[in-house]
Amino acid sequence: MIRATLALLLMTTPLSAGEIWVTNEKDDTVSVISTDTLEVIQTYDTGERPRGITFSKDFSRVYICASDSDSVQVMDPDTGKILHDLPSGEDPEQFVLHPNDRHLYIANEDDAITTVVDTQSRKVIAQIDVGVEPEGMAVSPDGKIAITTSETTNMAHWIDTETQELFANTLVDSRPRHAEFAKDGAEMWVSSEIGGTLTVFDSDSQSEIAKIEFEVQGVHPDRVQPVGFKFTENDSHAFVALGPSNHVAVVNSETYEVEDYILVGRRVWHMAFNEDQTQLFTTNGVSGDVTVIDVDARKAIKSIKVGRFPWGAAYRPASHD
Amino acid sequence: MFGRVVAIFLSLPIFAAVALAETQVTIGYLKVETPAPKTLSNLDAIPDDLGVAGARTGLDDNQTTGKFLGQSYNFTEQFVALGEDPIAAARALLSETPYLVLSAPSEVQLAIADLPEAQAAMLFNTSSGDLSLRDANCRANLLHTLPSDAMRTDALAQVFVKKRWTDLVMITGPNAEDAAYAEAMRRSLTKFGLKLSSEKNWNFDADMRRTASQEIPLFTQEFGDYDALILADELHDFGRYVLYNTWAARPVVGSEGLTAVTWAQVIEQWGAAQLQSRFKEAHGRAMAPQDYAAWAAMRTVGEAVTRTSSADYYDVRDFVFSDDFELAGFKGRPLTYRDWNGQLRQPIAIVHPRALVASAPLDGFLHHVNELDSLGLDRPESKCKAFE
Repeated sequence: MIRATLALLLMTTPLSAGEIWVTNEKDDTVSVISTDTLEVIQTYDTGERPRGITFSKDFSRVYICASDSDSVQVMDPDTGKILHDLPSGEDPEQFVLHPNDRHLYIANEDDAITTVVDTQSRKVIAQIDVGVEPEGMAVSPDGKIAITTSETTNMAHWIDTETQELFANTLVDSRPRHAEFAKDGAEMWVSSEIGGTLTVFDSDSQSEIAKIEFEVQGVHPDRVQPVGFKFTENDSHAFVALGPSNHVAVVNSETYEVEDYILVGRRVWHMAFNEDQTQLFTTNGVSGDVTVIDVDARKAIKSIKVGRFPWGAAYRPASHD
Repeated sequence: MFGRVVAIFLSLPIFAAVALAETQVTIGYLKVETPAPKTLSNLDAIPDDLGVAGARTGLDDNQTTGKFLGQSYNFTEQFVALGEDPIAAARALLSETPYLVLSAPSEVQLAIADLPEAQAAMLFNTSSGDLSLRDANCRANLLHTLPSDAMRTDALAQVFVKKRWTDLVMITGPNAEDAAYAEAMRRSLTKFGLKLSSEKNWNFDADMRRTASQEIPLFTQEFGDYDALILADELHDFGRYVLYNTWAARPVVGSEGLTAVTWAQVIEQWGAAQLQSRFKEAHGRAMAPQDYAAWAAMRTVGEAVTRTSSADYYDVRDFVFSDDFELAGFKGRPLTYRDWNGQLRQPIAIVHPRALVASAPLDGFLHHVNELDSLGLDRPESKCKAFE
């Protein structure tokens, strides 16, 4: 039925563009950017201090961490209407949706807790003690492992999603901010903002296999602060936001070497690719805009003004309905 | 697949070994009471738990981290009332632990640092900005998490340069702390190529039948025109009455108005909002500079124990002064210790009571080693020999 509708649309109208959804931390809004026109086409109100943002598998729901409202909001992305709030624990900052499309793993920054919420029953199914100021969240592609990184404890906490208990804790450099699994879950990467590094773990042994450092010409090393990052579809490269150095690094995931630095807006934080990964959209907190990077050319091609302190970014394809 | 994960956990030797070998760390906190400053206003009471509240939050942070690594922290607080002997109290604490966080006048800190029991100890000055402790009077066992007065006045001098406030005047209060601040300010102005065009001392013999707010315009009229008025009023006695009462409509900086501090409740960037809210929830008030200094001292020991898996004094000290040490202090840059005088390198916040204005070192103040060393005594300036 969905396919039929899509086919009909394709026949009758040009394919509508995909969208990049950006949370504006200090404006309590989300901005919706068209990947076709590279313009903001919608702005919707959210709860207070929206940060993490992610879509359900079918893109019919968008989940937004409204940190200062102490809730995760569920929005209908077609109308911008808040459908309901999910219990989230205090100060949810970032989350990740389990591959089962049901369980959200949420970092409760002020409480040193990871909360697991069932988006269907709208109930908290587990709370897990983690380190001080949890933030980075990741889940393995097979759904067996969830990761929370804690900023002040400087660890990646490995959660067994079956028992909802920690099975390992691994130290990383200062202020870990973001985590992602790579290479079908074989590797787990963590960025350390103050340490200025990315640590690569072997997921099976939780042992460190590489550490990646950055060096931006003309920028003091203290200000080269890796935060959000994303892998290309085949995991060949990682694009790494370097915070107040105002650059995004391109890391080769095989050699763990930095190939390029791309100048973007100020205090670059998180990012999202468009559908075919030809464009990368980065949120720049201080300049209040989104930089569009031409992925092949590895160059910024446009800045798009959004709200104040853009934080999270998520892609929604055109063929969502 | 999941069975494999469990098996990995059980057979993970490194992690298991760390978890089994319980490391116990004790940190002492010594607060020596000082006479309450005599001030014109009682608006801002000094909290009873000033400093120690920060240490307790640092302890919580250490304990949360430690529980994942089989490390536990004990904390012993000791308060010395006026007239009691701080040295005896310090001796008692040093018999329990080599790690001692101090909130005490600088001469008491020196006496403690010179005790035979303190020679293999790590003491943290969290209360005194006295420059001499980082200079000729330094001690190898005394580290400073609170910035020196000179770091704070250097930060303001950078603001003056940046804003081109070159015509500066200063009013200095009658206390020793005020004089020390004024001296640090003069040093900073010279360092950054600035100077005072006029100075006055706050005159307590002024006719106090009139209110301070009526006196200030008269008192400042003699300065004529200038760019900014510096107040050296470190006990916060008269300074609050100077703002908006000056003859010339000019900014007030220094001890009041636009101030340079290591910490203030208006700092919210760099994740600081989280430390602020954790502190406020635990202690029911805003985090003050001395709280921050005590927190940083606790976290210094915690960070070293975490990274070395050792509570041994020599291991901890070696690590703290190694290139691997860095403290994430919610100031946007890693904090490290100067190996020539034990001072914690740190950005200094330029604030007014409602917002952060700038963070020093300001853009453009370069340094060949570390921009943070544009604040305070740099290696060639310091007369400290104890660390050599």
